[in-house]
Amino acid sequence: MKKLCVVLDEKEVQDNPFKPEMWRIVRRYPLTYDTNFFQARPVDADDALRFDYKPGQFAMLSVVGEGEAPFCMSSTPSRPGMLEFCIRNVGTLTSSLFGLKENQTIGVRGPYGNGFPMEKMEGKDILIVAGGMGAAPLRSILLNILDNRDKFGNVSYLHGARTPADMLFREEFVQLKERDDLNCLLSVDKDDTGNWRFKVGVVTTLFKDLGPIDAKNTYAVVCGPPVMYKFVMQEVVKLGVPKHQILMTLERRMKCGVGKCGHCAIEYLYTCIDGPVFSWWDVIHMKELIGRGASDQIIA
Amino acid sequence: MILKMKKEDLPAFLDAAKEWGELWGPTKKDGKCTYAKVDSLSQMDLKATRTIIPPKKFLYPPKFTMFDFDQDGYVERLGDVPRKILFGIHPCDLHGVQIMDKLFLETYKDPYYAERREKTLLIGHSCIPDDKCICIATNTDFIAEGFDLFFTDLKMFYLVWVGSSRGHDLIRMKPELFSRNLDKNDILNYTEYRKWKTAQFKTIMDFTGMPDVFELGYNSPVWDQLAEKCLSCGQCSMVCPTCNCYNVSDELDLGSLEGTRDRYWDSCMFREYSLVAGGSNFRDKRADRLRLWYTHKLQAFIGEFGKPACVGCGRCIDTCPVEINVSTVSTALKEQEVEK
Repeated sequence: MKKLCVVLDEKEVQDNPFKPEMWRIVRRYPLTYDTNFFQARPVDADDALRFDYKPGQFAMLSVVGEGEAPFCMSSTPSRPGMLEFCIRNVGTLTSSLFGLKENQTIGVRGPYGNGFPMEKMEGKDILIVAGGMGAAPLRSILLNILDNRDKFGNVSYLHGARTPADMLFREEFVQLKERDDLNCLLSVDKDDTGNWRFKVGVVTTLFKDLGPIDAKNTYAVVCGPPVMYKFVMQEVVKLGVPKHQILMTLERRMKCGVGKCGHCAIEYLYTCIDGPVFSWWDVIHMKELIGRGASDQIIA
Repeated sequence: MILKMKKEDLPAFLDAAKEWGELWGPTKKDGKCTYAKVDSLSQMDLKATRTIIPPKKFLYPPKFTMFDFDQDGYVERLGDVPRKILFGIHPCDLHGVQIMDKLFLETYKDPYYAERREKTLLIGHSCIPDDKCICIATNTDFIAEGFDLFFTDLKMFYLVWVGSSRGHDLIRMKPELFSRNLDKNDILNYTEYRKWKTAQFKTIMDFTGMPDVFELGYNSPVWDQLAEKCLSCGQCSMVCPTCNCYNVSDELDLGSLEGTRDRYWDSCMFREYSLVAGGSNFRDKRADRLRLWYTHKLQAFIGEFGKPACVGCGRCIDTCPVEINVSTVSTALKEQEVEK
């Protein structure tokens, strides 16, 4: 009998995109009553170098035996060596993350997603608008821009929270108000403490204090709860920022992060590889990016 | 390369081919057709039109373990897949595999799919359409690539398309059974066969302009009417050759911190499909989920790849208990009326 002469390219497993590497939680402390700050370093130091990310990208975090879910980095790649996440205890995996102590390990894989187009944004004015948990991903781009301050024009940071107690990174952002190379505007919807020194009102009220901006030369970056987009977008569009220069980062259910599991599909796009950063133009013509019909109400 | 083989030589060829790996083919079980491991051609049923589940289950099993884990980390479970020869795959299903290849092997190669794909030889076989076959509308009634071998039944002979180097290696295990001498009659027979097959289609669908029809019908009440009937059972996804969605879950061994990370088929028809932490659901309504499924197959995929993600196999037509399928949905959208 003739011998089979197939040369099978039998796969060597060298690059399994689904394989989490182990990272150690080195710091964890509360930011608010239900939100914690997590700082992690890789068990194998080389993994820190391999994890080469951009602001706006995300990682899949695993708790051994509990599962896996996507989280945006809150840290900036300009301060390498560790990753920081701002996590609210709202689901199954987050509650197991909250059960972990410092020095315990989590699985990390990534970075995934397109992230913000930092190169294109260089030389432009930047307007960042964060509402509530939206500050978690936007802290990454804010710190990155501040670490590379010379490369950008005027930078404004607008941050809205429900109450002073809900505000993420309170001390850090209040300190940013001291900087004279950043226009940092903070607001809370309502202040029941009486100690809030800044604006009271929804985040859009901060636009009144923004001062004149060079809209055509501006990149706007927005993240917040779905209800916020409607009102913030009206303001940003009114300012005259071009649609393709208005960016937002979106949330979806994800099981893989690499365009295979299907959960984050929107028409022909996957939020995990084509997003999570989308432009306002994407939202207008893609219908389901920020909830059905939401964009129809604000076509401008 | 196209070769010719006498029909009576097929059992001998398959016997020889078995040296490469397990032989699997379509068989009849309780009146239904399903792929099973066989010893020889005599156990197969080559007349069966479609198996319940498409061959995707061999390349991407309904449930399998991705990793074993303990507190120290995750170890991938790869390498224990036996080599298989799948015989008797119809053109529609081979087109389905090509779409799966695109999804799983391009940008971020999925090592689990890649391993099974590399350890599986695909041997196609010509077929006779029944009243549920609509592959002529999706342009998947014939196939020119993406198989290792393809056998076209011309009564006395097989014309054998050799589609890959690995397929050619199988031929070389019994070269005496194959002839390169194709004459005028073979060409005439083949042309005749194509005409005959095309005439067998009983259901003529028209998918032209589907992306526009979907765009126009985005807010159509037809979706709510269809959703009234839909049971959200997800069977359409299980039987569809191009449905690739999956879920992942970690299973702990009882009383320990060791376990497995498993991956299993999911369906966008299920309510939890787009649910995120905190309870927000991007597709809470059944109509929204139904629209996602059909928009993906007949609009979004065409926009991206220039062809529908429907290969016309007829399984949704065969399977859906309430007659929601590519045929009824596209007709309802075009005519703005759901058939009672």
